[in-house]
Amino acid sequence: MEIDIIEFVPLAVLLPLFGAAFTFAFYRNRATQRAIAIGTLIITALLQIVLLSEVWTGGAYAVNLAGWPAPYGIAMVIDRLSALVLVISSIITLAVLLYAVGQGAAEERDDAGPVSIFFPTYLILVAGISNAFLAGDLFNLYVGFEIFLTASYVLLTMGGGEARIRAGVTYVVVSILSSMLFLITIGLIYAATGTVNLADIALKVSELDPGMQLMLHVLLLVAFGIKAAVFPLAFWLPDSYPTAPAPVTAVFAGLLTKVGIYAMIRTETLLFPGDRINTGLMIVAALTMIVGILGALAQTDIKRMLSFTLISHIGYLVFGLALSSIAGMAATIYYVAHHITIQTTLFLVTGLIERRAGTANVDRLGGLAKISPLLGILFFIPAMNLAGIPPFSGFLGKMGIMQGGIAENTWITWTLVTASVVTSLLTLLAVSRIWSRGFWRRAEDVEDCEPILQQKTLAHTRAANKRLLPASMVLPTATLVTMSLAFTVLAGPLMDFSRTAAQDLYERTPYLEAVLGEGRIDSVREDLHEFTLDNMIDVDTGDDGAAEFAPVETSLQPESEDPEPGGDQ
Amino acid sequence: MTINLTLLVLMGVMLAVGIYLMLERSLTRVVLGIILLSNGVNLLLLQTGGRAGRAPLVQDGIDAQEYFDPLPQALLLTAIVIAFALVAFMLALIYRSWVLARQDEVTDDEEDRRVAQAVGAYDPEEDAEVDTETSEFSDPSPDSASDLPPVISPAEHFRGHNDEPEEDR
Repeated sequence: MEIDIIEFVPLAVLLPLFGAAFTFAFYRNRATQRAIAIGTLIITALLQIVLLSEVWTGGAYAVNLAGWPAPYGIAMVIDRLSALVLVISSIITLAVLLYAVGQGAAEERDDAGPVSIFFPTYLILVAGISNAFLAGDLFNLYVGFEIFLTASYVLLTMGGGEARIRAGVTYVVVSILSSMLFLITIGLIYAATGTVNLADIALKVSELDPGMQLMLHVLLLVAFGIKAAVFPLAFWLPDSYPTAPAPVTAVFAGLLTKVGIYAMIRTETLLFPGDRINTGLMIVAALTMIVGILGALAQTDIKRMLSFTLISHIGYLVFGLALSSIAGMAATIYYVAHHITIQTTLFLVTGLIERRAGTANVDRLGGLAKISPLLGILFFIPAMNLAGIPPFSGFLGKMGIMQGGIAENTWITWTLVTASVVTSLLTLLAVSRIWSRGFWRRAEDVEDCEPILQQKTLAHTRAANKRLLPASMVLPTATLVTMSLAFTVLAGPLMDFSRTAAQDLYERTPYLEAVLGEGRIDSVREDLHEFTLDNMIDVDTGDDGAAEFAPVETSLQPESEDPEPGGDQ
Repeated sequence: MTINLTLLVLMGVMLAVGIYLMLERSLTRVVLGIILLSNGVNLLLLQTGGRAGRAPLVQDGIDAQEYFDPLPQALLLTAIVIAFALVAFMLALIYRSWVLARQDEVTDDEEDRRVAQAVGAYDPEEDAEVDTETSEFSDPSPDSASDLPPVISPAEHFRGHNDEPEEDR
C-alpha cells in the first residue's frame, strides 16, 4: 500500500496547477475563486503531510513520470528534506492565503483589474515551489524555478503602480540573468556528463576532470546564490521585496530564497560532495551575515529592515551548509524550517502594523503596544525568535549550527561562530529598536506621528482596532506565531528528523537507490561509502562534538558505527 | 564531442553583445540584451547534443551513434517558450514604466537614497545623479534632448520626491 501513496507525489504540483486553471475559469466570481484556492491548498497540505509521514520512516522514494525509468524519463523524488520543506511551505502558503483573503475582504469589495489574477497566480507560485522541491532532474528544477519566478513577477508588480514597476524591473532582470546562468550550467553539465538526472549526474560527475567539476559546481552555486540572496548577489532583494503587498512579500521572503538554499543543499550534498570550496562558502556566509545585518540597522522602514535581516540570516544557512558535517546540516535543515515560518510571520505582522498605523516607518510610529497589546505580542514573539533568544527555535537552530562550527575547530569556523554571535546580537539590536520606538514610546513623544495613533479616548482606539485589525487577518498571523512556538516544543523530534535527513543527504545511497534502483547502486555502493568516509572525516568529529552538547538526545548512532541506519527500509 | 565552430563563435558573439546591452541603463536595450542572451544560451544547449546526425526516428540497420541526440532539442524548446514568455512580460513592464514615468530607464530607489543621505553616506562625487543619457548610442541633437527629463541636482531630487504624498516624511 505504501507505493500507492507515493504515486500521488506529482499531485503536490498538479493540484495547485488545476486549482489555478479553475480559478481562472471562475474569474468573474471572487467567492468561488476564493473557495477553490483555499480548498486546493488545504488538500495539497493534507497530501503533503501524509507524504511526510510516509517518508518519516521510509526514507526516499522516486516516482517516474509516465513510467519511463530514471535516467531517461523525468523523476520526482521525495526524501526527508524535501518532504519537510514541502509541508512547511504548504502550511505557510495556506496561512498567507487566508491572510490575503482577509485583507482583500476588508479592503476592496471587488477586484479593480480586468481579471482577478491574484488567486490563480498564487496557486501557480505554489505549484512551482513544490515542483522545485520535488524535482529529481536538473532541468525540471529549472522549470520549477521558472514557474514560481514568473508567478512572482506577476505578484510583485500587481496593480502596476510606479514603485512596483520600478522594483519589478530590477527583480525581473536579475532573476532572468540568474536563470540564464542556471541554463548555461545545465547545458554544460549535459555536455560533460550526458545526463540531466540528478542521481545520474551524481554518479558520473566524479569521473570528470577536477577543474571541470569545480567550474560546474561554482556556476551552479552562483546561479542558486542569486536566488537565495547570498551576499555579493543579494543587492536586488531589499529593493524589490518591500514594495509588494504584505502577503506577497511575506510568502516571497519566507519561501523563494529558501528554494535557492534547498537547491544549494542538493548541489553540495548530492552532486558535488566534499569540502573543496567550503572555506570560500564560509567567507561568503560571514560576509552575508555581517553586511546584511549592518544594512538592517540603517533602515527606518520595518519592511526594508526585515528584508536585510532576511539576507543576513541566509548567512547562517550557508554556514551550516559549508560545514559538511551531519551536525551542521541537521541544524541547517531545522533552521530552514524555523526561518521560513519566522520571516513570513514577521512580514505578515508588519502588514498588520502598516494597516493599523498607516505606515511601516518607525520614525512615525509610537504607542502601538498600548493601542493594541495583541499586535505587540504578535510582533514581540517572532522578533525575539528571529534574534535567537532562548528558548525560541531561532536560538536552538543557531546553537546547533554554531556547535557544528565549534566541533570542526578550525580558524575559519571559529571566525564564523564569532560572526554568528555578533549577527545575532545586532539582530536583537535591530528588532528591539523597532520595539522600543514603535511599540513602547508614547505616541505623544513622536515628532510627526500618524494621526491615527493619537486617539483621545479608549473607545476610539478600540473602534479603530476593530476596523483595521480584522480577525480574518489576525488569526492566520497568530496561527503562524503558534507554529513558530511549536518548533521549540517539538524541537526534539524535529532535530532527530533533521539529523536523519542530514545523514541521508551525506550518505547519498537512499536517494540514489530510490531513483536509479538498487541494482545500479550495488555496483558502486562500496565506492560511494568510501567516498563519504574519506571526504567527511569531519563528519565524525562534527557528530561526536555535537552529541556531547546536543540540545536534544538522539536515538541515532554516530555515523562511524552504523553507516546506513536509515538507508535500507 | 565534436562542435560546430560557426555556431560556437555565433554563440559567443550573441552572449557578449547580450551582456553588453544588459549593462545599459535603458530598458529597451536591456530587453534586447535579454533576447540575445537567451538565444545565445539556446545555441549552447543545441550544441551540447554534439555533431549533427540523422533524425532520431528509429530505423532498422542504423547504428545508434548515427542519430542526433534529441534531448537537447527538447530542453531547447522548453527554454525558448520560457524566454518568450519572459520577454513578453518584460515588454509589458517597460511599456507600463513608460506610461507612468515617461522614462525608458532604470530609476533609482528613493528609499535607498534617503537612507544614504540620513546616515551621511552621500558623496556628491559618487552618488550624484548621472546625466540621464549614459549610452554612446544617444542622439545628441537638441530635440531628442528635450524629451529627456531635465538633469536635476541631488538636493532638488530629494526635495522633489519628498513632496509626494506616498513618501514617508
